[in-house]
Amino acid sequence: MRSTAATFEENAKKALADGKLRDALSRLSEGFPAKRRDAAARLPEFDALRDQARDIKNHVLAHLDFYLEAFEARVTALGGTVHWCRTGTEACDAVLAICRKAGARTVTKSKSMIGEEIAINEHLEKHGIEPVETDLGEYIIQLRHEPPSHIIAPAIHLTKKQIADTFRDKHRQLAPDRSLEEPRTLLEEARGELRDKFIAADVGLTGANMLIAETGSTVLVTNEGNADLTYSLPKVHVVIASLEKVVPTLEDATTILRVLARSATGQDMSVYTTFCTGPKRPGDLDGPDEFHVVLLDNGRTRMLGGEFHEMLRCIRCGACLNHCPVYKAVGGHAYGWVYSGPMGAVLIPGLIGLDEAGHLPNASTFCGKCEEVCPMRIPLPSMLRSWRRLQFEQRKTSATSRVGLGLWAFLARRPRLYRLALGLGIAVLGKLGRAQGRFRWLPFGGAWTGLRDFPTPEGRTFQSRWQRERSGGRR
Amino acid sequence: MSDPRAHILGAIKDALRHARLPESARPNNDESPAERLGDHRANLIPARGKLGSKARIDLFIREAERVNATVARVSGLGGVPREVARYLSKNNLPTTLKIAPAVAEPVIPWTTQTLLTVEQGRAKGSDTVGVSRAFAGVAETGTLVMLSGPGNPTTLNFLPPTHVVVIAAADIAGDYEEVWARIRKAGAGGGKGFMPRAVNWITGPSRTADIEQMLLLGAHGPQRLHIVIADDEIPRP
Repeated sequence: MRSTAATFEENAKKALADGKLRDALSRLSEGFPAKRRDAAARLPEFDALRDQARDIKNHVLAHLDFYLEAFEARVTALGGTVHWCRTGTEACDAVLAICRKAGARTVTKSKSMIGEEIAINEHLEKHGIEPVETDLGEYIIQLRHEPPSHIIAPAIHLTKKQIADTFRDKHRQLAPDRSLEEPRTLLEEARGELRDKFIAADVGLTGANMLIAETGSTVLVTNEGNADLTYSLPKVHVVIASLEKVVPTLEDATTILRVLARSATGQDMSVYTTFCTGPKRPGDLDGPDEFHVVLLDNGRTRMLGGEFHEMLRCIRCGACLNHCPVYKAVGGHAYGWVYSGPMGAVLIPGLIGLDEAGHLPNASTFCGKCEEVCPMRIPLPSMLRSWRRLQFEQRKTSATSRVGLGLWAFLARRPRLYRLALGLGIAVLGKLGRAQGRFRWLPFGGAWTGLRDFPTPEGRTFQSRWQRERSGGRR
Repeated sequence: MSDPRAHILGAIKDALRHARLPESARPNNDESPAERLGDHRANLIPARGKLGSKARIDLFIREAERVNATVARVSGLGGVPREVARYLSKNNLPTTLKIAPAVAEPVIPWTTQTLLTVEQGRAKGSDTVGVSRAFAGVAETGTLVMLSGPGNPTTLNFLPPTHVVVIAAADIAGDYEEVWARIRKAGAGGGKGFMPRAVNWITGPSRTADIEQMLLLGAHGPQRLHIVIADDEIPRP
């Protein structure tokens, strides 16, 4: 997918002015966090399971080469094929080659963030193969030619009215004056449109929530059942997954599953959790004849072992998005690439570079909620801080902010001078603003005063007040 | 340029050799990966499912109903046809069934219900009611565990809008780990290891909240999931 992360500031301004998006995002912030809280409260072991989930991934990442080779050996023994791909282009070519060999005209597809990352739909379309998104949310945004705005709720930014308009516009064979008021009617219409596509598809393309080294299985977690129709009806099943998705055993996958849905939607378990292990067996009445796993690196090995290593524990539950004040204000599209929210702000610069995505680590209030709810206990705020530090070190921030930070650092390392300068500044501001009680404009403070007034300081610094209070307390 | 596989594995080995990880990223023991694969030991299992058989079945039913499944109990497999006929007529549903070979005659005496038309095999787009047999249930979350195989086509779980699942009470386990242990023993992999092509955990009927976060049942999979528990059946091998 082409990135617009570089224009995050403009994207965010546009998002903030979009009333429909406001409504959609306020629904999100009421829904998911409360459901997660309830699900966590229902399971006394929830936090202990999060610790274990973190430990499993730490172990896997420390032995990643071993587990990937073990996974590949199992898949091969089952009669499947693993395709190793360094880049999105290699992965797209691998999928296309499989589709061509199968003589595919249509490919059904269940939701996959890796699919978005490598832009597989555009690639297939360009080569005359029709990709059909089957997850309801993904189907809607495919019709609208939009990227997903949330990892697990891709059409979260749309109202039912917008969806109805899209269906009326795209499903031209249906009566133009039909009623599309009810969400149920919209669902039935999409279900009807997709039914025949499922059955006619030549290749089924899915993502994977995990890969299991022990058994060569791929794990799929969904609620609609579209992924299960996607892999069980066509002749060929292709799984696209990034390499950090591997876990050792069925038992390890189970532990992670216990925290995944609870963190994501607040369900104890998603409706359909599927373990696919190779192609059809002798005597099976259904299932694919071919099983392929397209294994993608795309920048992950660069993150391994370094400062952003822990980001590779992410299981894409979306909890950090649902709890992020910045995400809840601007939505997913503003981030400008496949991922969004705190996990996106850490991952995107790692995958497409700090030059393109440098704004994202700065789009944070450091409130810490993301780390608090992360089932894999990823230290997201400290990694956002690392990106900011790198930005500063590599001189990728503006000259003004570098000079400002340099000045501040100079003062901060000289406490006496710092106190003096601050005390002086505050005394002057206090005097100047006494009459009004606020400033409508301040030199170098335009970013603040452009949107709100700056209150007049009360004449003394916090530190001096603190000192006085403490000595007062001792009296 | 080396081939992608060698390149990726080389990059991983290189990164791990030079890794400088903070405490929070380090493995908490030096267990070897080969050992871990061989032992496949269970991690923490929540206490919730660790119950005696009666309480376990009750929890299974409660959890399944919480996620919008319906549950009925019959004394044995012989009682299944009558329950299925009752359920379908009560909900005004078609009475033609597509059933899995695993629940065909003589396992279940369908001919005792003349109201029902029964056909065996994989699901087609036009089928309205699918009937299959669960390998196990998990009380912890009211989850059904379905194994693919000649007796249980996967498509029956997903294509028909109504799914009826038959399960023996004795097959209801407390937690998932117990079921993995049974699957490791069952040999349902058709000669390719212990895993069948598809293991499907099913927790309630299909749903979506993609339109304004409103919960709707029956997105692509079945809108109705009816679980029939046969009490006196012996557990599956």
